[in-house]
Amino acid sequence: MPSLHALANPATFLKIARPLTPVLFWAGVALIAFGAWAGLTQTPPDFLQRDSVRILYIHVPTAWLGMGGWTGIAVSSLVYLVWRHPLAAVAARAIALPGAMFAALCLVTGSIWGRPTWGTWWQWDGRLTSMLLLFFVYLGYMALARADADRGGDGRIPAIYGVAGSVLLPIIRYSVVWWNSLHQGPSIGLTSSTIAPSILWPLWFTLGGFSLFFAGIVLMRMRAMLAVAKSEARLRRMAAAEWVGA
Amino acid sequence: MNHWPFIIAAYAVTILAGGGLALASYVAMRRAERR
Repeated sequence: MPSLHALANPATFLKIARPLTPVLFWAGVALIAFGAWAGLTQTPPDFLQRDSVRILYIHVPTAWLGMGGWTGIAVSSLVYLVWRHPLAAVAARAIALPGAMFAALCLVTGSIWGRPTWGTWWQWDGRLTSMLLLFFVYLGYMALARADADRGGDGRIPAIYGVAGSVLLPIIRYSVVWWNSLHQGPSIGLTSSTIAPSILWPLWFTLGGFSLFFAGIVLMRMRAMLAVAKSEARLRRMAAAEWVGA
Repeated sequence: MNHWPFIIAAYAVTILAGGGLALASYVAMRRAERR
């Protein structure tokens, strides 16, 4: 069994990531396709929300990954700050764009779901507002990471921001409990749910599928970043050799 | 109110954004690894 540090070696990581990327991606796509088909055609409409409840099968995974993405950034940033391993910083930067996209998709699909269910596209309630804040925090992280890379920084400032931003996660999670919210309270837990099993079951497929899809995308982005870093290092070595030879 | 236009819009936005991100990530990875 390889140690965590051996796995964090870029060469070992790439040896594992290359075959794993298409497996995660296509398994994710297959699970999403099955879950979406089942959710659109095989489940009954909700007695109150009627057919609009079918948006659940994409809205919940996007919310899960919007928050899960930031958890990944926070953990990777913490690992980078403690052990200074560059692969952790690459992972955090690779997660940022898909995480931001899923946070945005959560807001958009939620807004589309809100119109027939609540009669409004948007409401400044605790859950919606805190999720919007998370989206802006993602944008801030991406801008900071880009600026840090451009000025040749060591990645410490984006990592501190990544850890600090995780304070939003419990606020989003408990926003529907702390404030009288238009958004429904927590309805899906690890062991129980207030949603009827006949409606809930396709969600596990889309949830698993989007998670695998997300992991596949992150691996693609990490591989791209490592390849660019390797190519730039080679160019720097060539330039240094030419300068010494001149 | 017919809910299906809302359902189709939500799924379409997700498919387009997810597909676009996957394609962009794949192209960026292939291009970087070929360099």
